[in-house]
Amino acid sequence: MKNRKRLMENAIHGIFLILGLITVSCVLLITVYLVISGIPAVRKIGVLNFLFGKKWASTAAQPQYGILPFILTSIYGTAGAIAVGVPIGFMTAVYLSKIAPPKVKAVIETAVSLLAGIPSVVYGLVGMMVLVPGIRIAFRVPDGASLLAAIIVLAIMILPSIIKVSLTALEAVPKEYEDASLALGATPIETYFRVSVPAAKSGIATAVVLGVGRAIGEAMAIMMVAGNAPNMPELFQSVRFLTTAVASEMSYAADGSLQKQALFSIALVLFLFIMLINAVLNFFLKKR
Amino acid sequence: MMKKFVTFISVLSLALTAMTGCGKTEGSTVSTDGSTSMEKVIGALGEAFEENNSVTFTYNPTGSGSGITAVAEGRCDIGLSSRNLKEEEKAQGLTETVLALDGIAIIVNPDNPINDLDLETISRIYMSEITNWKDIGGDDLEIVLIGREAGSGTRDGFESITGMENACAYRQELTSTGDVITTVAGNPAAIGYASLASVKETVKALSVGGIIPAEETVKDGSYVVQRPFVLVTKSDTKLSEAAQKFFDYVTSSEANEIISSAGAVPIR
Repeated sequence: MKNRKRLMENAIHGIFLILGLITVSCVLLITVYLVISGIPAVRKIGVLNFLFGKKWASTAAQPQYGILPFILTSIYGTAGAIAVGVPIGFMTAVYLSKIAPPKVKAVIETAVSLLAGIPSVVYGLVGMMVLVPGIRIAFRVPDGASLLAAIIVLAIMILPSIIKVSLTALEAVPKEYEDASLALGATPIETYFRVSVPAAKSGIATAVVLGVGRAIGEAMAIMMVAGNAPNMPELFQSVRFLTTAVASEMSYAADGSLQKQALFSIALVLFLFIMLINAVLNFFLKKR
Repeated sequence: MMKKFVTFISVLSLALTAMTGCGKTEGSTVSTDGSTSMEKVIGALGEAFEENNSVTFTYNPTGSGSGITAVAEGRCDIGLSSRNLKEEEKAQGLTETVLALDGIAIIVNPDNPINDLDLETISRIYMSEITNWKDIGGDDLEIVLIGREAGSGTRDGFESITGMENACAYRQELTSTGDVITTVAGNPAAIGYASLASVKETVKALSVGGIIPAEETVKDGSYVVQRPFVLVTKSDTKLSEAAQKFFDYVTSSEANEIISSAGAVPIR
């Protein structure tokens, strides 16, 4: 009987191990597949030509495969979204955790959750119908589909994760810290920014990492507002991101062509990029 | 515990057996895969065909390139392409059959006073030689060029007809006909192109060289901005019975009415 029980126990353990390994094998499979299908084009084009070439013309008679514009656009776009989204999200989190009356807090928190649940294609559609014409009129440019439009859409999209994670971090700060600060004569605002925020900083940094991750990987929404022309990034210029470069040409690229292989190489670059960013940010977070 | 586990396993095996049952209807399905521009036409034809035959019709809107790949790899019966096959694709053992013609409309915002452009002016606009509407009798606005992504059948058709493959200086490269129409409808300085069948009242279709884009002008060839809708099949493999029946049906004159009501121009 005892033996049978142990056998059962072991079997269950085995099943759970297999389930756990599914995730690991997915990651491995994707990585291996991306590397295998991404390398050939890089070899044919040349690493430097590929990464630092300024011109992308994949279907031209003399095709050129330079992805520097995409790389820079992805960096600028993500940085811009962080620059706009983090202050707003962070301040909202401070307000919600420390200042807001419970009723207001409930309303805002619901709104934030709803914002998180909106599919990215809807962000894109609204951006296309409202934001793009809005930018065209407000800044008197010929066309509103631009890096700026993409930055605004991305900033809104990363708000929910920034707010939620920062909020959790701020609420986890022991009340005694704040009470001590107040008792020493600091005003409430001084307390929040000098005591609560530093105590919650690792959580807030996590929020930023999540925001970067979401912003750099987003494709659908920005495909609809950024214009997708492979230009070097400028605020009011139509631009193409790493993600949209893959997404927009993949469905039409002929199989086995250099164009399709180059798209896989772009995906590989994007993949390495995200890994690198996560590694760097994690390193700094753990160091603190 | 043991009992529960046994129940779980038996439910699982039952579910798996149920699933394997699905794959066995092969003989009575017709699967198509390809051009998103052909969605309306092939959808209407498929529906009509399903009504008269006990056959399941599927259409997977993936784009011309993907459709051609799918038929070459045997993942579908008939591939759909809104461009002629390239030589390298024919070399893979694929055959093309023209199903219908489709006009590509040159569209502008309804507020734009321009109603007609000739082919040469369109080329010069898309090559950025003319950059302001006032140079060709319009308002003083910088022209915003809207196009499709590289590889799109519509883009390929438009660029090859106007003779400027990959010479277009697009301001925006959008990934669907709907996006192009929405963008042009929202910007008074925009010009774009879209399948004639999908043009709505929110945009204005220009006449080209005095010829209004319409079914008759596409069919008789006087409206020059047009492209074929192509059925792609394998040259060396026979279609399944159901697929052959579908193929014969859509390429017969019976299908004409359905093709034209879906906005394309039948050729038979």
